[in-house]
Amino acid sequence: MRIPLSWLREFAQVPAGATAEDLMAELVKVGFEEEAVHRPTDALKGPVVVGQVLSLVKEPQTNGKTINWCQVRVVPEGQEQTLTGKGIDPSGVQGIICGAHNFVEGDKVVVTLPGAVLPGDFHISARKTYGHLSAGMIASVRELGIGEDHDGILVLSRIGLDPEIGTDAMELLGLHDQAAEINVTPDRGYAFSIRGVAREYAHATGTAFTDPASKVQAPATLSGGYGVKINDDAPIYGKPGCDRFVARTVRGVDATRPTPPWMSSRLRLAGIRSISLPVDISNYVMLELGQPLHFYDQDKLSGDIVVRRAVAGETLTTLDGKERALDPEDLLITDASGPIGVAGVMGGASTEVSDATSAVLIEAAHFEEVSIARSRRRHKLPSEASKRFERGVDWQVANIAAQRAVDLLVELAGGTADEAGTDVGTAPDAVTIDLPAEFPAARIGLDFTEEQIVTCLEDLGAAVEKNDAGWRVSAPSWRNDLETKEDLSEEIARLVGYDKIPATLPVAPPGRGFTRVQQQRRRLVQALADAGLTEVLAYPFVSKAANDTFGVAEAGAPRRALKLANPISEEHGYLRTSVLPGLIEVAKRNHSRGFRDLALFEAGLVFLPGDTLGTESIPPLGAKPSDEVLDALYDGVPNQPLHIAAVLTGHDSPAAAGHTPRAWDWADALDIARQTGDVLGVEIVVSQGHHQAFHPGRAAQLSLRTGEVVGYAGELHPKLLAAHDMPARSVALEINADALFEAAADVIVARHISTFPVATQDVALVVPQDVPADDVLAALREGAGELLEDVALFDVYAGKGIEDGKKSLAFGLRFRAADRTLTADEASAARENAVAMAASRFGAVQR
Amino acid sequence: MTETLPGAAIPNPLDEAAIAAAVDQAITAIAGASTLDELKAVRLAHTGEKSPLSLANREIGGLPKDQKAAAGKLMGSSRGRVSKALADRTAELEAENDARILVEETVDVTAAPRRRRTGARHPLSTLQDRVADIFVGMGWEIAEGPEVESEWFNFDALNFKPDHPAREMQDTFFVEPPEAHLLMRTHTSPVQVRSMLEREVPIYVLCPGKVFRTDELDATHTPVFHQFEGLAIDKKLSMADLRGTLEHFARQMFGDEAQIRLRPNYFPFTEPSAELDIWHPGAKGGPRWIEWGGCGMVNPNVLRAAGIDPDVYSGFAFGMGIERTLMFRNEVGDMRDMIEGDVRFSEHFGMEI
Repeated sequence: MRIPLSWLREFAQVPAGATAEDLMAELVKVGFEEEAVHRPTDALKGPVVVGQVLSLVKEPQTNGKTINWCQVRVVPEGQEQTLTGKGIDPSGVQGIICGAHNFVEGDKVVVTLPGAVLPGDFHISARKTYGHLSAGMIASVRELGIGEDHDGILVLSRIGLDPEIGTDAMELLGLHDQAAEINVTPDRGYAFSIRGVAREYAHATGTAFTDPASKVQAPATLSGGYGVKINDDAPIYGKPGCDRFVARTVRGVDATRPTPPWMSSRLRLAGIRSISLPVDISNYVMLELGQPLHFYDQDKLSGDIVVRRAVAGETLTTLDGKERALDPEDLLITDASGPIGVAGVMGGASTEVSDATSAVLIEAAHFEEVSIARSRRRHKLPSEASKRFERGVDWQVANIAAQRAVDLLVELAGGTADEAGTDVGTAPDAVTIDLPAEFPAARIGLDFTEEQIVTCLEDLGAAVEKNDAGWRVSAPSWRNDLETKEDLSEEIARLVGYDKIPATLPVAPPGRGFTRVQQQRRRLVQALADAGLTEVLAYPFVSKAANDTFGVAEAGAPRRALKLANPISEEHGYLRTSVLPGLIEVAKRNHSRGFRDLALFEAGLVFLPGDTLGTESIPPLGAKPSDEVLDALYDGVPNQPLHIAAVLTGHDSPAAAGHTPRAWDWADALDIARQTGDVLGVEIVVSQGHHQAFHPGRAAQLSLRTGEVVGYAGELHPKLLAAHDMPARSVALEINADALFEAAADVIVARHISTFPVATQDVALVVPQDVPADDVLAALREGAGELLEDVALFDVYAGKGIEDGKKSLAFGLRFRAADRTLTADEASAARENAVAMAASRFGAVQR
Repeated sequence: MTETLPGAAIPNPLDEAAIAAAVDQAITAIAGASTLDELKAVRLAHTGEKSPLSLANREIGGLPKDQKAAAGKLMGSSRGRVSKALADRTAELEAENDARILVEETVDVTAAPRRRRTGARHPLSTLQDRVADIFVGMGWEIAEGPEVESEWFNFDALNFKPDHPAREMQDTFFVEPPEAHLLMRTHTSPVQVRSMLEREVPIYVLCPGKVFRTDELDATHTPVFHQFEGLAIDKKLSMADLRGTLEHFARQMFGDEAQIRLRPNYFPFTEPSAELDIWHPGAKGGPRWIEWGGCGMVNPNVLRAAGIDPDVYSGFAFGMGIERTLMFRNEVGDMRDMIEGDVRFSEHFGMEI
């Protein structure tokens, strides 16, 4: 909402020298955030005066154009030019070249004299042009920054002005005024008006407030006016869509009269374009009182006005020239011809006020918030009217606003008001709130005096009545946001000042600290960073193709994924089922910036919808749903496990003197995967894996001891890397971290540490190429029995001396007993048992 | 290498002067040895089998009995002096040798390569941890929830009326199909609702996490960002308790000089509601108040939605943006730096903020 200061001054005690900034500094105290300052003089500086064209000589030019060489009087005849400076003619008559042709000798115009600055930092000076010294400019509205019209210069008589020569044109056009733009929160519809903001300014400063409504002399009752029926047979939430309709008629209106500058200037500062006098008047009254109005050309109406819901199939061509299909929920203004407006949102073209309009029918109605909001949304028609109705308009002000419009049409458009008028509808029940005496202090933590409480509430416009427990408060008709004792407490605190609230620190009961999962997650993320990886946070929005590739192991099996109804980009319209696509995007971005050696990781949620998706309906607010309904809400929320993923490209470290970096390879991905298990105390079982995103021969499936698959690690598929313009041999891993957390032991049981000597034995086994080393190792461990302390693969060999299709695996075995020193024979026997197990399982032959 | 001095006569083991001369000669030679190799030659020449002193010593066996003791004493002390001189010189030369090797092994430490990659946390993630630590230190607990939520938890339970403009102002990402009433949470407040439903009062929880709004990414907006919200439900909590909690937290985050300011505002889930500003003495362009977040006393309808009696319990809630906090605390000028994953951004922070 933009507040022109001159307008606010009519109703509030704004100091003479106050600026828009000063105003905002006051209003922020009562809850209106500052948005912007609108001040024409920031861009426009005088002297800008009224001049009269004394003579105008048309001079054709060689380029085909004709220019006007004008003599313009800028000081009344017989008076002295008091301005001085380069280019100011002491005679009071300026010679000016003008290219526009929409004016004649004798016209009064706006002259920007040498020394003036126009919007766009355009400095006016006397300069030689077309063979003359042009000392100033005859201005158009566009050059002055007060309109878009640049067809020609501003002839003052055409906007109804005949000022004295030499008058300050900036004053005349309201250009010394300024506006403060403030943010109005959605609960405070009343503050979308000068009336509401003036009252708030009075609250903020403790100064007097004059209600603009009180300045209007409206008849207490109206009758005999245009026929209006309210006939809402389908109220939303049981509330009638329209509960008041005031209609007034003004005849003999001259709609072509210009809008006076004081009005157009205020509208302009308020951000509303001047259209025509009747339209400007309706907007002016709306801004002043907060009541949206609609003007009909009464002669275009046929029969009574009926306010009703639309019938399926009905259409309406709105003011913007578009034909709109109406919805049975739309509240309409209709006459005998059918729909003539979507109530509170936009009027119809057929009954629009035009230059030819003589009789104006003014509508000042009260429409229900939800109905307007839905129509506005349905037809995508945000308007100044709907903005106010959606937030709530003062039921009481309709009649007053209609009268204000009548007065202005009579005064400015030469109309005559009908005595008769229409006012139908039923006032809503007044809202009364019981406010227990101790409640505001308990809620706010500040001991208000009784007087403070009563004064604040009365200042708001509420009626306050003392009772046994405290007060019975009737909320003002314009404050539909005040419904509860909490609402009143806020108002009291707001008016007394939030800065008066003291600070006390409540003590929470003894807590449990971080949960185990929270600790595990933090440890995991920190461990990966400690291991040299860089954490990134990518967006979870991905393409369908990315989910189908990374989210599912088998090629061709589409991934079930959630789709956004309104994504930022259609290309990334799905929620991720894998963290890898985002990491690859980030890796590519870094590559393009010259960073090729990367180790990136992210811990983030993935979205895995199951068979149940959401709930068909949702329970109402303000009440706890039944357990059954709650369970359905919980169950409808898709599974969203935490995944941890990493992508490594290039080398493990920067090249440097005396150091050769190592290219990341598939084993690094596995190593990091195992580390994630290690830091959580969970064993990750590695097996040869198949995942379409990975190299078919260099991918590992990662599982828990239970067999549950928790992820994949290895080299990304060469074709996929090429398609994504990623370096060859880039590696990656992705693990379901939640599964690891769950698998971690609650308590780790200590292992006995034997201090008896160790006996080590090595063994080399020849096995077929396709036998996984890890399986052989498992067989050795199983065969060796409990004397085996540890076994590790220390060499893999194939080639000379080994049969084709076979490989030699060398293992180191460490034996130790808990209770004695092992003899060489005992260790050898255990080793033989281990080898025997490998032999029986894989045909392993000792080398 | 000669084992004896050429032409040297065998000294008489009773001739003190001759023996002393041999000793002096040996000691001079020992002192003159400048390397361990030279010293080895000197040792052989002066203490080897054919050295004058060894030969003289051997002569003792042929002496009359009454002279043997005197000769033995003379030779013993003389050879002892030579041995000691040898040992001392050996130690000296070894020490010199060790020192020289160390000098020779000198490297240019400024040319050392970085062999290990230093990893980094994302500062948003580190900052989230720091915030959580402060509240856990106050006895609060950390609560989390899903990022795709039921509309009820995100809006209705928080007293957003179905058609109220406030609901639309949240710029929500909806999930298809619309009949499922699922959305990307627009704030972490649904976790507050879940906490109230799942826990017993009193409740003191902090809910950090990712939230989503349909804003295009630019220097000051991002469709995905992070928040932390606090919720306290207890008997007799007032707005003064809210202020005290926020003040304490601000001081933990920004130092003892930190100040906060509350301004009236509107949120459907709180009444009264306030905007929270923090005084930033080090702000670019001079000290000023910076908008930090929103807060207020929990609306009774929110308590009712969770089955908590608003006549018995009251509560307060607050919420701040992690991105915004990082922007003004650490002078991040452009939102995109936090989003794009450029490794230079995270690596500059390392493990700290």
